[in-house]
Amino acid sequence: MRDLIRAEIEPYVQEVKTDALGNLIALKNPDAPGPRVMLAAHMDEVALMIVGIEGNGFLKFRPIGGVDPRVLVAKSVVVGSKKIPGVIGSKPIHLQKPPERERAFTMQELLIDIGAKNKEEAERLVKLGECAYFTTKYEEFGHGKVKAKALDDRVGCDLAIRLLKEDIALSLIVAFTVQEEVGLRGAGVATYQAKPDIALVLEGTTASDVPGTDEHKHATTVGSGPCITVIDRASIPHPPLVQELFAIAEEEGIKVQVRRNTAGGTDAGQIQLAEEGVKVATIAVPCRYIHSPVSVMSKDDYEGAFKLAKSYLNRLQEREASR
Amino acid sequence: MKTVIKQLTEAFGPSGYETEVTALIQSMVKEHVDEVKTDVLGNLIAVKKGSPDGRKIMFAAHTDEIGLVITHIDDKGFLRFGTVGGVGISTLVGNRVRFAGGAVGAIYQEKGSWKELTIDKLYIDIGAENKEDAQKKVKLGEFGIFHREFEDLGVRLIAKSMDDRVGCAVLIEALKKIDAPKNTLYFVFTSQEEVGLRGARTAAYGIEPDLGIALDVTLTGDMPEARRMDVSLGRGAAIKVKDSSLIAHPKVKDLLVDLAEEKQIPYQMEVLDAGGTDAGAIHLTKTGVPSGAISIPTRYVHTPSEMVDIRDVEACVDLVVALADKDLTSI
Repeated sequence: MRDLIRAEIEPYVQEVKTDALGNLIALKNPDAPGPRVMLAAHMDEVALMIVGIEGNGFLKFRPIGGVDPRVLVAKSVVVGSKKIPGVIGSKPIHLQKPPERERAFTMQELLIDIGAKNKEEAERLVKLGECAYFTTKYEEFGHGKVKAKALDDRVGCDLAIRLLKEDIALSLIVAFTVQEEVGLRGAGVATYQAKPDIALVLEGTTASDVPGTDEHKHATTVGSGPCITVIDRASIPHPPLVQELFAIAEEEGIKVQVRRNTAGGTDAGQIQLAEEGVKVATIAVPCRYIHSPVSVMSKDDYEGAFKLAKSYLNRLQEREASR
Repeated sequence: MKTVIKQLTEAFGPSGYETEVTALIQSMVKEHVDEVKTDVLGNLIAVKKGSPDGRKIMFAAHTDEIGLVITHIDDKGFLRFGTVGGVGISTLVGNRVRFAGGAVGAIYQEKGSWKELTIDKLYIDIGAENKEDAQKKVKLGEFGIFHREFEDLGVRLIAKSMDDRVGCAVLIEALKKIDAPKNTLYFVFTSQEEVGLRGARTAAYGIEPDLGIALDVTLTGDMPEARRMDVSLGRGAAIKVKDSSLIAHPKVKDLLVDLAEEKQIPYQMEVLDAGGTDAGAIHLTKTGVPSGAISIPTRYVHTPSEMVDIRDVEACVDLVVALADKDLTSI
């Protein structure tokens, strides 16, 4: 993931490095006067870590980040550095006792089948501690919709890469962070090194606009534009910055929404607390079925998020130029 | 002092949106200190310079209060909301809320049992006739607070947001009484305490204090059938032993006890099994800061009717004033 991004952005930045935790930090116009602006998106995705190999060659696993075991049964995965294909297997329905049929499988009851003959063969192919990933391919469908795994937060990474390629004269720091899904771990150390004045966190966030939930319980709605966070568990984004984003959206005719759910957290939580504090805001693209093998987003929401972030940077640049 | 508490507790300042409170405090303190500044997270930092042989003390009292945030406006003009900080659902039904833009509303619940009440089943009625009407009065994402007035009951006072405007009042009164202190004093009116001790963390990083003291409310156990807690209204300033964010540095705790004994300031010891204060963030700053807390005993914390005893508040002021000149070389 990091190598992919690095290759993509290298022509557009003056400096790029990987830090001790694995964050990829790129600097564009590092010597430009005015505020240092950070764009942050996390590279990691939820996954499964191999923690055991059974006698028959099946793999035991545990979640990395928030994974609902109910979405795992019968999904294809790729395991480890050798990219071994596998399937998440479970006890077939005709062998399940009636009470077992009434409930979902727990993580402990599921195993990854890599087609190995026995334990020895499995051990040659996979090492304990390696991770398994979903194999979902990116596809466009419906009216401007996208389905893919890990839109949380590859959509943010993509937005950050696109913004880096734009003609921007500001001193820009782009941090592709690690380990967000397991506790916002990369962002804090990235910020400590980068010392930004302002940070925009680019995210994929949960959309729950699905049948069976009342409208006021929809965290966000796909197709209603990117969402601007006013509060979540980890941050209350800088109020003047949030107000400016809403004002820009209104002036530029970008449809935006307020995230209805106040739970969850983004890298903004750690970024704002670095040293003496950083002004933060989060712009997120709503994604249905987040943290599952396939999530869904709208290309319009994605374009809206890009336009909003770009307009903000343009205006900041104009303000600085007129000083 | 009561006037200061009334003004502060009637001001608007949910976490993250504390500017009305910090502006008020700034106007109250600016003539009494050497320097006043605000920072990125919204802390107000007032500095009183000490003598060259003194140390740096950071006093922290938080300006933010618990509140609500509008998450949805329905077609009939009713609002749905989320909470800001530790809001108890049982305190909400029938209560009134005031928003940043001035709109006032009543909170009520959908049908169903009290026992199964969740935040999703509550709504706010701002008297709007429909969605359009509501949108003229409030905005999605707007923050609100409990709408309540200060009441003076004699020695005891009731108000919303005693947590922690009474702590702010203690610092304001103390800094007015202190003249040419031995130690350099940073009176930090912190932001975002209720959502995770956030302002204190960035303020302490910049200040690098030698001693950190939080001024905040603590619970009491002196009501009918109350949860056991050996702190009572009217028995003096509470010197913290521990809470869930901090084990007070033993030397700091002893220093405060000795000081209270020496100056004959009424005090009681506080052992709090749940809840934290800004000292929890301060003591972990950089290479560590010896920290403790002086707590104001308060009944009904995190409700619109938090009650304090003015004698306890005055004892806290006296203890802060005494600490300003204390020799800290033993810490």
